[in-house]
Amino acid sequence: MINLKINNIPVSVEEGTTILQAAKKIGIRIPTLCYMKEINAIGACRVCVVEVKGARSLVAACVYPVNEGMEVFTDTPKVRESRKTTIELILSDHNKSCLSCDRNTHCELQDLAYEYGCNAVKYEGEHHECEKDFSTPYLVRDNSKCVLCRRCIAVCRKIQEVGVIGPIKRGFKTIVGCAFESELNDSPCVACGQCINVCPTGALHEREEIDEVRAAIADPEKIVIAGPAPSVRAGLGEEFGYPMGTNVEGKMVTALRMLGFDKIFDVNFTADLTIMEEAHELIERVKNGGALPMFTSCSPGWVRYLEYYYPELIPNVSSCKSPQQMFGAICKTYYAEKMGIDPSKIFVVSIMPCTAKKFEKTRGNQNASGYPDIDAVLTTRELAKMIKQNGILFNEIPEGEMDQPLGVYTGAGVIFGATGGVMEAALRTAAETITGQTLDNVEYKKVRGTKGIKEATYEVGGLKLKVAVASGIANAKKVCEKVASGKSDHTFIEIMCCPGGCVNGGGQPIMSSVVRENVDYKALRASALYKADKKAEYRKSHDNPVIKELYENYLGEPGSHKAHEILHTTYVARERYKK
Amino acid sequence: MANQTKVPFTGTKAQEEKLLKVLKGLKNVEGALMPALQQAQDIYGYLPIEVQEIIADKLDLSLAEVYGVATFYSQFTLTPKGKYKIGVCLGTACYVKGSGEVFEELQKQLGIESGITSDLLYSLDATRCIGCCGLAPVMTINDDVYGKLTKDQIAGILAKYKE
Repeated sequence: MINLKINNIPVSVEEGTTILQAAKKIGIRIPTLCYMKEINAIGACRVCVVEVKGARSLVAACVYPVNEGMEVFTDTPKVRESRKTTIELILSDHNKSCLSCDRNTHCELQDLAYEYGCNAVKYEGEHHECEKDFSTPYLVRDNSKCVLCRRCIAVCRKIQEVGVIGPIKRGFKTIVGCAFESELNDSPCVACGQCINVCPTGALHEREEIDEVRAAIADPEKIVIAGPAPSVRAGLGEEFGYPMGTNVEGKMVTALRMLGFDKIFDVNFTADLTIMEEAHELIERVKNGGALPMFTSCSPGWVRYLEYYYPELIPNVSSCKSPQQMFGAICKTYYAEKMGIDPSKIFVVSIMPCTAKKFEKTRGNQNASGYPDIDAVLTTRELAKMIKQNGILFNEIPEGEMDQPLGVYTGAGVIFGATGGVMEAALRTAAETITGQTLDNVEYKKVRGTKGIKEATYEVGGLKLKVAVASGIANAKKVCEKVASGKSDHTFIEIMCCPGGCVNGGGQPIMSSVVRENVDYKALRASALYKADKKAEYRKSHDNPVIKELYENYLGEPGSHKAHEILHTTYVARERYKK
Repeated sequence: MANQTKVPFTGTKAQEEKLLKVLKGLKNVEGALMPALQQAQDIYGYLPIEVQEIIADKLDLSLAEVYGVATFYSQFTLTPKGKYKIGVCLGTACYVKGSGEVFEELQKQLGIESGITSDLLYSLDATRCIGCCGLAPVMTINDDVYGKLTKDQIAGILAKYKE
């Protein structure tokens, strides 16, 4: 153990601990800007500087390791003055249109400026020359608000291992962007949006579709259907002050109704439908010698990664559309026919914890009714924004219930939002399909938890199923390498693009670096889903009464010709860089 | 004034083979990117996207990472150099002695802001101090050094480099 004093308070910590961590141990928060736990610790922004007795200059607490006998001072006038100047210099080249900024009141730079009583216009100097990047359907980069903290670069390079952005040039001319300063849409970005989640300012945000949704709601000709994904109910509450991990499904339904949506259905329902098709496809592949292992296809960021980086593995991906796309497809075919509505009049809005879903809706071969399956995608954050804009007092409204028939779901559908959830849901159905029996155990605990890669082997009716679950692209890459080199003996592999799964998707409420430092957010958000599963009336997708009805009256069997036409799709190999 | 001339990539098979050999030797070497870029620039004379893509691919790095390093260090160039590489020192001593005017005159005469002329004969760069401040303002054309320059000498000097 290393013994030191921070602000004259003795503290003992393990060797290798940083001053920042040691200070936290005795209840002292040192302010940070570029630092983020597990993502970025580079000592670049100089906001976390502290005085160390005997040291030549101030040191960056986020990277400076403690030494025996060290004496640290975190709040001397010299330290405070240095931090204040640093923040004022950052502000001198910052687009200070804070009043209308997407991140107003939850911006880490704004918080620091306030905390240090900064004069935002103290230094009026040159400004970066930069244009907004609007090239993709899912993300906007506005470098006029970038503070060069490099968190986005770190998450893209280290956590997702795609590294499509980096620092370009040097000194004052430094900007964050793609190779050869190409637009993001011309790079092999997987659209995960993790960069948005780690950005301390408003330099990155999703491509909003609120205006399109409002226009559809205002159009009396349109029947506007809302479909929230599992993880939305596990994250939305955070925007309204609920503790992390609170399931706000009921209030969310009421809020959607108050916003003017005509029908509130549930993407959980089509998560169940995905399981019906995917479990069937898996069994078919095993029986008939199809490409194995089979990969899940629910996560559009993952699918995009595969298309760019491992196109040779495309035959291994399930041909099932994602729950979002199945949702739109069923609304505009089965539901439209059942209700006698012209599908051109239906406007389907999915609400997603995800930015890649905004890309997914633009994919080819996703228009079962002849019209796009999905018309607009809102992130959890955009939904929260609309609720606030409409003056809906989320905390005070009563809980509502989903509309029938497409609002009925099982516990298997709801756990889709957590890493391992799709696998567990599929195993519940596959096991009963293979054995032809009703099994008591529905919980597959080895595939639960927030670990990056999980493996398990299950015996199902004499069939040995070796499965793997990976979340985060760095982990997906490891699994892909194994499969590509022929070293995988797995039958079924679930991959989710974002670490921890959709609950931690790029469209979920932003957590500051302080929250990330102190909270096990992946597990907490997932726990809301597992609790919902536990108390669900039905816990297996094939027990969903509406799913049964859908097959009986419309689709026939899982994997039928009709099911294929409506619920399955194709993939394309993508060139990483456009010449 | 014309913008930077876009020069089509004219790398040869022999150059590529040479580069691949270099990269093979650097595989799994820590910090391989700098020597890779240096040697690639020796082979091609500059670092176009085609070359950076090969480096990224073979060293298992993202293109953005390669590009970031290539644009960080002034020793690397992303545009090819002309047959005559003109460098004008804009370091402190040269600058106060009027090298800015010399640079502007060159820009005017060559019709480019920087980079390479469309006939690929000249390339123009602003450089830092080249270590002969006594001769300020200074410019170099390949290995020839011209000192104590005034802007009306430029046309005459360029006339010597026409072939």
